[in-house]
Amino acid sequence: MPIFAPVGHIFLTFLALVGRVTVFAGRTIGHMVTPPIYFRLIFKQMREIGYFSLPVVAMTTLFAGMVLALQSYSGFSRFSAESAVATVVVISMTRELGPVLAGLMVAGRVGAAIAAEIGTMRVTEQIDALVTLSTNPFKYLVVPRVVAGLITLPILVLIGDIIGVLGGYLVGVNKLGFNDGSYIRNTFQYLEQLDVISGLVKAAVFGFIITLMGCYHGYHSRGGAQGVGQATTNAVVSSSILILISNYIVTELFFTR
Amino acid sequence: MSNPAKISLRNVHKAFGPKKVLQGVNLDVAPGESVAIIGGSGTGKSVTLKCVLGLLTPDQGSITVDGIEMTDASTADRDAMLAKTGMLFQGAALFDSLSVWQNVAFGLIEGRGMKPRQARDIAIARLEDVGLGSEIADMSPASLSGGMQKRVGLARAIATEPEILFFDEPTTGIDPIMGDVINDLIVKCTRELGASAMTITHDMASARKIADRVAMLYKGEIIWDGPVSEIDQSDNPYLKQFVAGDIEGPLDLDLKHL
Ligand SMILES: Nc1ncnc2c1ncn2[C@@H]1O[C@H](COP(=O)(O)OP(=O)(O)OP(=O)(O)O)[C@@H](O)[C@H]1O
Ligand SMILES: [Mg+2]
Repeated sequence: MPIFAPVGHIFLTFLALVGRVTVFAGRTIGHMVTPPIYFRLIFKQMREIGYFSLPVVAMTTLFAGMVLALQSYSGFSRFSAESAVATVVVISMTRELGPVLAGLMVAGRVGAAIAAEIGTMRVTEQIDALVTLSTNPFKYLVVPRVVAGLITLPILVLIGDIIGVLGGYLVGVNKLGFNDGSYIRNTFQYLEQLDVISGLVKAAVFGFIITLMGCYHGYHSRGGAQGVGQATTNAVVSSSILILISNYIVTELFFTR
Repeated sequence: MSNPAKISLRNVHKAFGPKKVLQGVNLDVAPGESVAIIGGSGTGKSVTLKCVLGLLTPDQGSITVDGIEMTDASTADRDAMLAKTGMLFQGAALFDSLSVWQNVAFGLIEGRGMKPRQARDIAIARLEDVGLGSEIADMSPASLSGGMQKRVGLARAIATEPEILFFDEPTTGIDPIMGDVINDLIVKCTRELGASAMTITHDMASARKIADRVAMLYKGEIIWDGPVSEIDQSDNPYLKQFVAGDIEGPLDLDLKHL
């Protein structure tokens, strides 16, 4: 059966990759909970990953909220359910669009930067140099980035949620003619804690995935500038795919019973 | 301890895929001794150093440092070994996210827990040792020339005054006068401070100056190993050709495809 050989080969390669990433994640978590922990580097990465991603996340969620208001208004008017616009905007933003859009934007911005930086350090032997200077590269390079991702993504998403809802409000009140008091009331009337919390949990998961994939591909890059370029691409592609897959899994865990 | 050597390599093999690089390297470095490793480009000199440091794992053979087997050492043993070694990489491998002085002080601050202000003073003194002024201390390594980067890498390697030093081509890319300053510094580290050193070099003048003993690596093995004084008396044809820098001779230089 020669046609099955390449399929089997791809499948085995994929399993081996999953295994290696899992081991890498396990090592990272192990180093996260044992000293020394470089708090200074965690703060520095929180600034890189969180603070500097604010503009791009704000822009994305603002326009997402605005479009959502327009689209749901024109769609819902077919069965005269225009009053649901505010509710639809806030629930879609907090549950789905906030975390997924922010996650994908940060994957492009931060995942690529991490893979490029760590990959360059690998191919120029800076990671080897760290080892010879009695510093564990997992603790010094990987843990600060992953911890910063875990902490800052939920904060970014919470801000993104608020900006997205604001975008919906601006369109709703200024363009679609909603009364501003009733729009705000509708926004909060049906919103549940779980909507927001599930979105923040997703954000933490995405933050872990983005930084972990950036570190993994950077750490294992080889072959000079070309290898670093490849690592960057792989980091962005794999974290984007994993974001979409884990998004489904977390949604199912929260909302099916 | 049955083995008096500081560093000892026995029958070390290392291959990358089908490419056999080391094929049974045997080499000893006595305490306080300075050994130069010479050999053609791509013969595995850097790979040998990386195997000793544990950055690469040999496929076969034994490497001991202070009598402790390193090829299957525990993390604690390996950390203890690394704490007393310093390494200059062939490409300097400076951290480009840190300034020059932070690079030099890295081992002092992160490894020894020294206060940054004190470490900075030591870093500037080490920079002076390698002929660099304090005005570059706050610069980024990326804005230095290749030879300057190499010297910063050297300053970083010796900053913690390690017992064991590894230098991968310390004088390559450096002008002859500064090269002499570097040679003197390496001699000072080994003769005066008593460190053991393994230095890779292509530069025979430098090898004669800094080394007690010279080992020549060829086709994955040490084919000649002896005191510096015996280099010129040796009738080993490979060594003779390498030292004289002749194209004619037994060394298979892989020039066929040129
Ligand atoms: N990580 C690696 N993966 C695959 N091959 C490698 C690796 N490191 C070294 N090699 C190969 O091993 C051989 C020896 O490399 P090494 O860097 O030790 O040479 P060298 O003796 O230091 O040469 P030079 O004097 O030019 O620095 C080379 O042919 C190189 O291609
Ligand atoms: Mg080399």
